Amino acid sequence: MSTETMTRAEAAPATLPVGHYGYDAVDRAFLRERIEQFRDQVNRRISGELTEEEFKPLRLMNGLYLQLHAYMLRVAVPYGTLDSRQVRALARIAREFDKGYGHFTTRQNIQFNWIRLEDTVAALEVLAEADMHAIQTSGNCIRNVTSDEFAGAAKDELLDPRVHAEILRQWSTLHPEFTFLPRKFKFAISGSPHDRVVARFHDVGLIARPGPHGRPVFEVFVGGGLGRTPIVGVSLRDDLPEEDLIAYVEAVLRVYNEFGRRDNIYKARIKILVQALGADEFRRRVEEEFVAMDRARYRLEPAIVEAIKARFGTPDFAPESNAADVLAQDRSRDAAFDAWVRTNTHEHKVPGYISVVVSLKPAGGIPGDATAEQLDLLADLAEEFSFGELRVTHLQNVVLGHVRQDQLHTVWQRLSQAGLGTANVNFITDIVACPGLDYCALANARSIPIAQKLSSRFADLELQREVGEMRINISGCINACGHHHAAHLGILGVDKRGEEAFQITLGGSGEKDASIGQILGPAMSEDDTVNAVARLIDFYLVRRENGERFLDTYRRVGTAAFKDVVYAPA
Amino acid sequence: MPLLENGRLVEDTWHYAIEGEPLGNGDVIVPPERLSEGLGRTAGRLGVALPNGEPASSLKAALPKLSLVVVTFPIFRDGRAFSQARALREHLHFTGQIRAAGHVLPDQYEFLIRCGVNTVEVAENADLSVWTRNLKQFDVAMQPSPVLDEKPTGFALRRLLNRAG
Repeated sequence: MSTETMTRAEAAPATLPVGHYGYDAVDRAFLRERIEQFRDQVNRRISGELTEEEFKPLRLMNGLYLQLHAYMLRVAVPYGTLDSRQVRALARIAREFDKGYGHFTTRQNIQFNWIRLEDTVAALEVLAEADMHAIQTSGNCIRNVTSDEFAGAAKDELLDPRVHAEILRQWSTLHPEFTFLPRKFKFAISGSPHDRVVARFHDVGLIARPGPHGRPVFEVFVGGGLGRTPIVGVSLRDDLPEEDLIAYVEAVLRVYNEFGRRDNIYKARIKILVQALGADEFRRRVEEEFVAMDRARYRLEPAIVEAIKARFGTPDFAPESNAADVLAQDRSRDAAFDAWVRTNTHEHKVPGYISVVVSLKPAGGIPGDATAEQLDLLADLAEEFSFGELRVTHLQNVVLGHVRQDQLHTVWQRLSQAGLGTANVNFITDIVACPGLDYCALANARSIPIAQKLSSRFADLELQREVGEMRINISGCINACGHHHAAHLGILGVDKRGEEAFQITLGGSGEKDASIGQILGPAMSEDDTVNAVARLIDFYLVRRENGERFLDTYRRVGTAAFKDVVYAPA
Repeated sequence: MPLLENGRLVEDTWHYAIEGEPLGNGDVIVPPERLSEGLGRTAGRLGVALPNGEPASSLKAALPKLSLVVVTFPIFRDGRAFSQARALREHLHFTGQIRAAGHVLPDQYEFLIRCGVNTVEVAENADLSVWTRNLKQFDVAMQPSPVLDEKPTGFALRRLLNRAG
């Protein structure tokens, strides 16, 4: 059967997944072909036809890393949206190929840390059965496009960015020109004026808003990033029309592919090129390429966008008229539930509905880890209460996007029974941490144990509520996968004469007021760092004025006073 | 070195200019610094080996008189040659042969062709079946090639890869 007849045969699918693109036979055939290609590559590696140096980039582009103790498989979750069937497939991989759990990442993906090379093709086949893959979750190519965890649900959203995220996903998949870039390349896209995707810290960050004739326009940020050299991205275009989206990002990537440095892995990201050329010269080169292109060839016609959009399932909202009243009664009857609702929910655009953030940060736990049983429960809850849809957040939690307010108490009870009811979202124990030296070959220090110690130290929910909104991020090395620079309080693991040690950074933010955290002083041991954080929090509680967050007090009071708290002799 | 076109071995009528020796009369590939010498010949076709860091536009003036441009991969991970080939076709409308040389993997074959490359120099001991297999690995691409007029298939940006061989 040709691919064309398959397309027609599947032209009108019975049901489409809510919140993400529904595969058709062509997409499925493509995944099968990709798996066959990878099987062939593994065989050629085993036969010695491919050297390890040659095999490495090929396996990385299928999401397969070699870590300290085992292979790690990073599964793509395009724009962070999954359906129940996919979540169950992830649970199956955790059970059959890993040690019974998976780890959600800051790129809205999930990774499995204990995969055997000989199982990877089988694992990819399990993923493919659920329309999932690990394509371009690593390597010097265009990575998974991340998006807003409240997309399609948030009251403040102007448009759902996931349709354009899917267009970027398809366009970038095995792109012939951009699969061997100087370094990795990350897109994020938001459709809300409240930037929840950290757009200014991405290689390309897109903020979509409604434009003329009912079509969106995009603000384009380029050259942001964390890592060794944290830089806030520059705005290249404020009003890019939808029809030019593909042409313009192609132009950006062409300039990067041609001029980006390849002599030094640490200077190879686009942010270094943008800084070296200056924003104006970089913009000029992009514009020069952009005007030279045959734009008709790259035009993103509204019909194309609508065809992709038509393969997204949409929730059939049917709010109960008394949903808000039921929720209010449940809250007044149950204080613990009320506390959870205050921290772990987000306002929904449809009255009677609410979005739920499920914390994967239990007291003393490993940030972002979920067991196979928890994954199965999340799949069940998504199916029963949220149109079968589950989202991954860049802060390593998960979201049930569309829960009826009158069913929220039931959802909370079910979550709590599985250890998923922690009421700490955006609090001090809602910690982001990279895998660190427990898994990662690049790390200088372990991120997980210090995250667990901090989580235990501040486990008291009364204290957490008193401290209020507080972001702690932990990276095990200067590659900054834990995004410590973008945290109100960042912790960076370093190697201090063969010992693990930790630096504290203060004042970072990944939101609209984006800023890069500054190093407070010399690195300390794990326990000293935990104690230093406690002293910083005490100091903030004394010095804060009218409802300030930790970040606000730090910005007002300044570094010196905070530094004294940690380093001045008592 | 064996030369592949559309997944098949083809005869290579071209030779690289040898440093310090005259270019002779046949089909010769010169480095950019011997371009004027090559253009001054009266017999034989002329090709240029474009260095990896050079923009394709550096050949703009000479291009109408060139029959072949070589793009080079110092290592397969260095993807600049994809952009060079694409720019030669897309912006400079070069219709002659674009040849990929250097360290190229069969896994990159389709990308090369979709960026406008038509011949590839492969290693003497290369298993050609791997190259052929890679050419037929996929039936569709998820985005239009910047240079080939591939047929749309289904909807959205997909293109049908209709491979010979």
